[in-house]
Amino acid sequence: MSEQQGLLEIKDIHISVEDKEVVKGVSLTIGRGEVHAIMGPNGSGKSSLSNGLMGHPSYKITRGEAKLGGKSLLDMASDERSRAGLFLAFQYPVAIPGVTVANFMRSAVLSHRGKDADMSDFRKLFKKEMSDLGVDASFATRYLNDGFSGGEKKRIEILQMSMLQPSMAILDETDSGLDIDALKTVSEGINRYHNDQNGVLLVTHYQRLLNYVKPDFVHVMMDGRLVKSGGAELALKLEDQGYEWVENELGLKAGV
Amino acid sequence: MSDALDKQKKDLSTLNQDYATKYGFSDPVDYFHKGARGVSHEVVEMISRMKKEPRWMSDIRHEALDIFESKPMPRWGNTNLLGEIDFENIYYFMKPIENQQQSWDDVPEYIKKTFDKLGIPEAEKEFLGGVSAQYESEVVYHSMKEELKEQGIVFLDMDSGLREREDIVKKYFGSVIPAADNKFSALNTAVWSGGSFIYVPPGVDVKIPLQAYFRINAENMGQFERTLIIADKGARVHYIEGCTAPVYSTDSLHSAVVEVIALEGSSIRYTTIQNWSRNIFNLVTKRATANKNATVEWVDGNLGSRLTMKYPCIQLVGEGARGEILSVAFAGVDQHQDAGAKVVHVAPNTSSRITSKSISKDNGRASYRGLAKIHKKAENSKISVECDALLIGDDARSDTYPTMEIDSEKVSVEHEARVSKVAEEQLFYLTSRGLTEDEARLLIVNGFMEPFTKELPLEYAVELNRLIELEMEGSIG
Repeated sequence: MSEQQGLLEIKDIHISVEDKEVVKGVSLTIGRGEVHAIMGPNGSGKSSLSNGLMGHPSYKITRGEAKLGGKSLLDMASDERSRAGLFLAFQYPVAIPGVTVANFMRSAVLSHRGKDADMSDFRKLFKKEMSDLGVDASFATRYLNDGFSGGEKKRIEILQMSMLQPSMAILDETDSGLDIDALKTVSEGINRYHNDQNGVLLVTHYQRLLNYVKPDFVHVMMDGRLVKSGGAELALKLEDQGYEWVENELGLKAGV
Repeated sequence: MSDALDKQKKDLSTLNQDYATKYGFSDPVDYFHKGARGVSHEVVEMISRMKKEPRWMSDIRHEALDIFESKPMPRWGNTNLLGEIDFENIYYFMKPIENQQQSWDDVPEYIKKTFDKLGIPEAEKEFLGGVSAQYESEVVYHSMKEELKEQGIVFLDMDSGLREREDIVKKYFGSVIPAADNKFSALNTAVWSGGSFIYVPPGVDVKIPLQAYFRINAENMGQFERTLIIADKGARVHYIEGCTAPVYSTDSLHSAVVEVIALEGSSIRYTTIQNWSRNIFNLVTKRATANKNATVEWVDGNLGSRLTMKYPCIQLVGEGARGEILSVAFAGVDQHQDAGAKVVHVAPNTSSRITSKSISKDNGRASYRGLAKIHKKAENSKISVECDALLIGDDARSDTYPTMEIDSEKVSVEHEARVSKVAEEQLFYLTSRGLTEDEARLLIVNGFMEPFTKELPLEYAVELNRLIELEMEGSIG
């Protein structure tokens, strides 16, 4: 990959849910080592963009291009996108009753390493990542997201990211539902993961996560489009003044 | 045993005494070599004579055959499928030598493939395929037998049980499931052969599970097995039967009767996993009696077969008795698993729990049919029923037929039923972590089964998971 090429390149992406267009042409390039944040009011299309990029069958990409490391994501099923290096930390992770966190994590890591891979380091690695994220060892044998609190679910999402080491991580509202201590631990997890070879896209309604994970670029999303981009200072202004000034400046009406 | 039953047995002993002379079979072996199909008093007499049974057992058989012939077919369950059973076209008794006449080439390809994938040893494959009558487990069994003998534990096939411990068999045979219970228990009583017989003396705790696997012989895997398990006061025993490999039989009817008696303060767990070939009608009556402070647990897994109708039952007849029934059913293509559970609370302060899990795939159909009954005197009793059905694919079907008969007021009854499909959101979550859709679906199904598999000894759990994996292969979501 040449220096000019981004890690994740999105060009004029349109996404529909049940024939309703929710993302109406988004272009974004994220380079290696960069942290981007997409902020916007509820219903602006942030989560739809995340789900569509990850390949959720209900979020259909109807137009545009999305490439990861130069390879088109759109021809891939979601499991192939994952193995190609894309990761999405979910806003609402679903429960899988009867499947322990350890068993699930082993299956996921194995799918990335390949069927006959050496897994002898798995247990040690898993233990270390759990301890770094302040996840109690007992979670290994609990059923995935089954009866977990909001904060516990988010930690487990970050745990998965640390274990899978994707080249591009999209974090959808990872800060929601976290108290201040959990927010700090989760942020530390993201910062530990981030390096000059991978990319991070934070999708968030609020600015508070950005106090702990510093974005290089901030984009404002409204009504399915990125309407404004800037540096970290843009997030502070949004926190301070809300989204209304952006609407006024651009003559737009924000989603509810 | 009750006086009524004693009387019944006495009456029976005077019945049908003239069969042997009346029909005068001189050469039973020849008779069977000719290959008689269908059931009759001649066949029943032949079975009894070949086994050299005491007269009272022979009388019970004849009486049962009359009951079988007089009872109508069940008018519930899958009556269409039941109607396909051709009683006249079934061999009701085969000598081991005839089992061996089958050829490996006759065993269906899908079963051979499953054997291979499960990595089953050659000798066991042939046994399960109905080709060989003897599976080489003699050595293990013998050393175990010595150990059990020292503790006074009786663990035999039912035919040997009748020969060696006639006193116990006579006392309990038919005491939990009389021949007249239903059409198929009557048939079984008339033509039974093989099955397990276990007696554990008072206070003896059998540390290792007793596995039928280790005493498999020609008569064990019969179509009409008869099993009788008795735990005397304060005894504990875990009996495991079956295996996850499909059992092939050319005859299409399997109808077993299992009677379990837990005397005061004893504890019995009965674990079975059955995986029949797709041509089998599996119609089984299983019932246990739990006396004062006794515990009975049925752990029952059903795979394969054309139609299975099986509802393990626990009668809680002594104060403080406890019962638990944990069952799973997997209904694949063209299969109907009509399974469930029954608990009958007769004494006060008794408790029971039913957990039923079913998976229906493709056009498979799984039904839960349950009875929870509390008699008037069974005060302070508790029942909890949980039914969980998982559907895979749009054609899969699940039904629930729960019956509650509560005649006492101071009781607690809980019933929960859920039907779920493998959810798109769950599949997406797992595939977004790199698992293929098939892997994701399998993980979800294994998770669904986990409350059952965690109750199994490890080697059975591992085998069951592998089997489910095979069943899931190529499934269309």
